[in-house]
Amino acid sequence: MHVIIDYIQSYLGSDQTPGAAGNWFWATVYVLLVFVGLSVAVIAMNWLERKILAHMQVRLGPMRVGPHGLLQPIADALKLLLKEDLIPSEADKTVFWIAPFIVVLAAFTVFVVVPFGPTHAITDMNIGILFMLGVSSLSVLGIVTAGWASNSHYPLIGALRSSAQMVSYEVAMGLAVVSVILMTSLNPTGTGTLSMIGIVRAQQAQGTWFIFKFFPLGLIGFFIFAVAMVAETNRAPFDLPEAESELTAGFHTEYSGFRWSLFFLAEYSAMIAVSSIAVTLWLGGWLRPFPNALQGARWDFFFALFPGITFLFLGALAIFSASRMPKHPYFRIQTLGLAGFAAVLVLIGAVLLYPPVSRVVQDVFWFSAKVAAFMYLYIWYRGTFPRYRFDQLMKVGWKVLLPTGLAVLILTATAGFFVR
Amino acid sequence: MDAMLHISTLHYLVLGAALFLLGVIGVLTRRNIVIVLMSIELILNAVNLNLVAFSRYWQGIHGATALHGQVFAIFVITDAAAEAAVGLGILIAFFRNKETVNVDEVNLLKW
Amino acid sequence: MAPVATPFFFYLLAATMIIGGVLVITRKNAVHSALALITALLAQAGIYLMLYAPFVAGVQIILYAGGIMVLFLFVIMLISIERTEKERQFNKQWLVGIATAGALGGLFIAVYTKGKSLFPEGRLSYPESGNTQGVADLLYGQHTGTYMFSFEIASLLLLVAIIGAVVMAKKRI
Repeated sequence: MHVIIDYIQSYLGSDQTPGAAGNWFWATVYVLLVFVGLSVAVIAMNWLERKILAHMQVRLGPMRVGPHGLLQPIADALKLLLKEDLIPSEADKTVFWIAPFIVVLAAFTVFVVVPFGPTHAITDMNIGILFMLGVSSLSVLGIVTAGWASNSHYPLIGALRSSAQMVSYEVAMGLAVVSVILMTSLNPTGTGTLSMIGIVRAQQAQGTWFIFKFFPLGLIGFFIFAVAMVAETNRAPFDLPEAESELTAGFHTEYSGFRWSLFFLAEYSAMIAVSSIAVTLWLGGWLRPFPNALQGARWDFFFALFPGITFLFLGALAIFSASRMPKHPYFRIQTLGLAGFAAVLVLIGAVLLYPPVSRVVQDVFWFSAKVAAFMYLYIWYRGTFPRYRFDQLMKVGWKVLLPTGLAVLILTATAGFFVR
Repeated sequence: MDAMLHISTLHYLVLGAALFLLGVIGVLTRRNIVIVLMSIELILNAVNLNLVAFSRYWQGIHGATALHGQVFAIFVITDAAAEAAVGLGILIAFFRNKETVNVDEVNLLKW
Repeated sequence: MAPVATPFFFYLLAATMIIGGVLVITRKNAVHSALALITALLAQAGIYLMLYAPFVAGVQIILYAGGIMVLFLFVIMLISIERTEKERQFNKQWLVGIATAGALGGLFIAVYTKGKSLFPEGRLSYPESGNTQGVADLLYGQHTGTYMFSFEIASLLLLVAIIGAVVMAKKRI
């Protein structure tokens, strides 16, 4: 018994990730935390997407299911779980069953190396970014097999188009990533690194986020990656393969109920994963804004207040909307529910203001805030841009992003050579 | 039993040999061209496994930077990609002409 | 960091690879073979990680499982005809093929049993933190880069392969 407690406590003061320290217990705890956090994030994204899209289109979105539709994702999940499980008649049952799991596995395994903080990652592989790009390219296989196994022409065309699009934009993503890896080799030790935590440490050592380095090269590289990652995850405006008006939902046409929810889960997880790559590589990962320009204990204290203030602000918003609920007896439960939710948010905010907690939560909060900004951008793109036609899509991927990526790479290498 | 528990270079070599044999059987006995090409990929993978296993053995003798086997394995993967692309292109050209994917039906010099 | 439970993972991954290989050469449906090959390739990436070659494992996942197999699946789906599943799967000289493979297997067994003493079992445990840098030194290093020329030739080879594949698959030249 003491051996177990010693084993658990031996990791607590360490400055490595659990995987690097070889501690099974904490690695499993981190895996469970990431899994739960990801599921909560996907549920929140579902609600946020419907509400934000609705408000952008000057309508209200789901309002009935809970107060302001807050229980809508849970209702959706229940409906999907209880739906009838249809398999097309001539479909290949084994492959039809395996395909969603390939996509979900690929989307979730990526999070093994995502750095939420200097020691808050499940592990820190030497080839972190290579692993992330490789495993996210495995989801193409799941999509292709899903389209083929459905044994019907709409899914097949949708799957082939979707996989062609994903493979094309992977090239652009890879080039943008390589230009960042070049920048990491300009740090004081003289060697670059592929590990995600190493990339953020390089940004910390060089005193600038890579989006601002060698201006405008970092910015153009970030822009290439931002466009390519939207195309990689099949989101608007690149969502022709799964658009309902064009291809009757593309490769997941024949999937219903639980299997469709697996695709949906994998799509949102992939969005969060590629946003994490963008945040780690260009936006400084877990570093707070202005880590070198605004130094000192007072600025540290100021920025440490942000997590608590964010949740207090959200709680205040919830209290405000609870006070504006109709004063009809039918709405009493909803008002109480919303007030309870507001109380929970305020409580979390108060806990986060307590200094020992905020010191631990700092890194995770800044990382999550930046990823949340990317999620908002995703929803904004969906509400604003018209859809690309497929040939325009391929033209942008190969004829615009690829040459620009190559140019950024060559110019970054030249600039780095002169800086040395 | 103890020899089976301690994983040495020989274990990896035997695994590579087994994969190579499976690939050779696939190339020599299957009719479907695509499966023959996939068996060739199995053969190349077995070769890669041998190369990387020997690179690890070489590292033990010559220090941590003697990674020649791994570099060669990367080249073999590159060549496998090129060969798969060209092979599948040839397959598509055949299929367009004769509507079959069986190797033993491509038995006329001119049709 | 000492590797944990190495024999268990080795036998697990080796069994996955062998089963995947057997499924590749015995399935009627080409898509099933392709999926089995993908499993075998991913298990091989795991074995590369056990051999302390993380960069080769990453390249294997990206190129082989994520690139070449997608190409295979595309071509299988473009030329899929259901009647191939009902035809004879093994060609007429399958017995000679298996006999040849058996002879080759006998040769392997002879070599490995006689030469077992050539590969002593040393407990090597090099940290993998310098692996990518080591590979890069061999490829691009100023004084240690012995494979730079091969690298350039490989890029030319890929260019030729691209042009060849495009010309082969075009409808009209």
